[in-house]
Amino acid sequence: MVLAVVVGASELSVGEVVAALGGGGDAASRTIVMQLRMPRAMLAALVGGSLALAGAVFQALLRNPLAEPYVLGVSSGAAVGAVVAVVLGWAASTPWAVPLAAFAGALLAIGLVLRVALSAGRALSSRVFVLAGVVVGAFFNAAILLFLSRADDQSFRSAMFWMMGSLAGASWPQVSLLASYLAVTAGILILLARPLNLLSFGEETAMFLGVRVERMKIVTYLLTSLLVAAAVAVSGVIGFVGLIVPHALRLLWGSDHRLLLPASVLAGGTFLLLSDTVARTVVAPAELPTGVLTALVGVPVFVVLLVRSER
Amino acid sequence: MTSNGPSAAGAPGMQGRHGREPSDGADTSAFDARGLGFRYRSSPDDVLRDIRLSIPSGSLYGIVGPNGSGKSTLLRVLLGAVPPSRGQVRYQGRQVHTWSRRDLAREVGVVSQSEEGRFPVSVRETVAMGRYPHLGLWREERQADRRAIEAAMERCSVAELAGRSLYQISGGERQRVRIARALAQQPRALMLDEPTAALDVHYEMVIFELLAGLAREDGVTVAIVTHNLNLVARYADTLLLLHEGRSLAEGTPREVLRREHLESVYEWPLTVGRHPGPGRDTGAPQVTALASR
Repeated sequence: MVLAVVVGASELSVGEVVAALGGGGDAASRTIVMQLRMPRAMLAALVGGSLALAGAVFQALLRNPLAEPYVLGVSSGAAVGAVVAVVLGWAASTPWAVPLAAFAGALLAIGLVLRVALSAGRALSSRVFVLAGVVVGAFFNAAILLFLSRADDQSFRSAMFWMMGSLAGASWPQVSLLASYLAVTAGILILLARPLNLLSFGEETAMFLGVRVERMKIVTYLLTSLLVAAAVAVSGVIGFVGLIVPHALRLLWGSDHRLLLPASVLAGGTFLLLSDTVARTVVAPAELPTGVLTALVGVPVFVVLLVRSER
Repeated sequence: MTSNGPSAAGAPGMQGRHGREPSDGADTSAFDARGLGFRYRSSPDDVLRDIRLSIPSGSLYGIVGPNGSGKSTLLRVLLGAVPPSRGQVRYQGRQVHTWSRRDLAREVGVVSQSEEGRFPVSVRETVAMGRYPHLGLWREERQADRRAIEAAMERCSVAELAGRSLYQISGGERQRVRIARALAQQPRALMLDEPTAALDVHYEMVIFELLAGLAREDGVTVAIVTHNLNLVARYADTLLLLHEGRSLAEGTPREVLRREHLESVYEWPLTVGRHPGPGRDTGAPQVTALASR
């Protein structure tokens, strides 16, 4: 955390940062630390934690080790919202326009997926769920392309940059909103860790062991999707954190969700914080999209873990 | 669907705990069902038709029949996993759908045909999941829970596998782990769907001996769906023979495993002999399908 705040395009010493955090130092470094780097570092940790938690829960819910936070179409919905906001020029009017539009798009996707899954299946089967997520996602992706094809160069670039995922827009209100949201959601999901353990053996098995499966699925799906929606709204589509972090933790420490869920929050947060710090420093003063870096770093690490665990 | 009217055959003076109508043998049968029918919403065909059965407490009850005769569906309907389209099921005299899943899980352990688990999990963790209906969301294991888990693992001879991953042990071992998980529930009834499919002779015998012991020594009601007619004939107290969703015969193995029943059901020539012994199951019916001349 300290590292993330200290390193950056403008040179600041540790001493200057400490002084700035304490309210001292010169006005310029205070602004950089308090208004740019601190909120960005905290938002990175929160988004990373949210995505990794969501990935772990979706993997258990769908009994699919390759499930990730975006598998059920939430990100596509959010992207449609964001792209619409950018292309129609709302983005220029207020800094909240893109996050709000993205969140609204994500809500639409969540509602559609749930609606489709509930009406297609007698019970919410995970197969129907995934299919509903995939088709809703595909539809939204087509909508994104449609909007992008109508966009001018400027909006096209900023929309693309949003979709690659970036934490550059971090602000304190976003941090506090996501922090309180993650705290509540993580608390409830960790409380539901035991039924999640049972659910990962299959729905009938969980039911015969006393889990109210339908209620459990709807509650966890809604909570987790809303968390993903919130994370995507403030950061765009940052991939691989939600797939790799929980999966790596499963390989390391097993699949007891009582341990896995809190560990995912911490490890996901750390991972994204480091990635984002690297993303904004390696080519300073320019920046890499954070989502690109998480994939570039995450994939090799994951491959190593996977190869080791299969031996 | 309305329930059946009071049956004239109902034993006098026996009242189900929640039912208004007499239910014959509510005090001695764990599960009982009458007029049971089931069909999938998407299909016009009945999977189960007018099934009446009673699974006596503390007995070993075998459900047999050809592929597609409705055995697994019957088990799922009995367990309240799917609602019957006709008739009703009672467990301990009370309609099964009025039990909460958690209360039912404290009473009835289930070993289903297959599971989808794909995540690394140890044998001990798996068996410990049988304590969920007793522990709830967050209560830690106490002495009694640990004793139940260890006793279940001992009973199924998987204690020495406790730390191993569920996916690094053999199929026979995994099946015993799943039975151990059901036993960790400390159930009064145990329902198993083809628990010995794909197991070798040794493990088949181990599992049937275990189930028979549970019924006879511990008074656990055991219901088992199986294709192994010859083994279930030696261990079961009662058999139910299903054919195209109907109950063709219910009774002792000798009453049910008769050549005329079996040939029509399995559409294959066969003979029914007697287990030659030695052993206390000497004389149990043994079915041999005949090769074509």
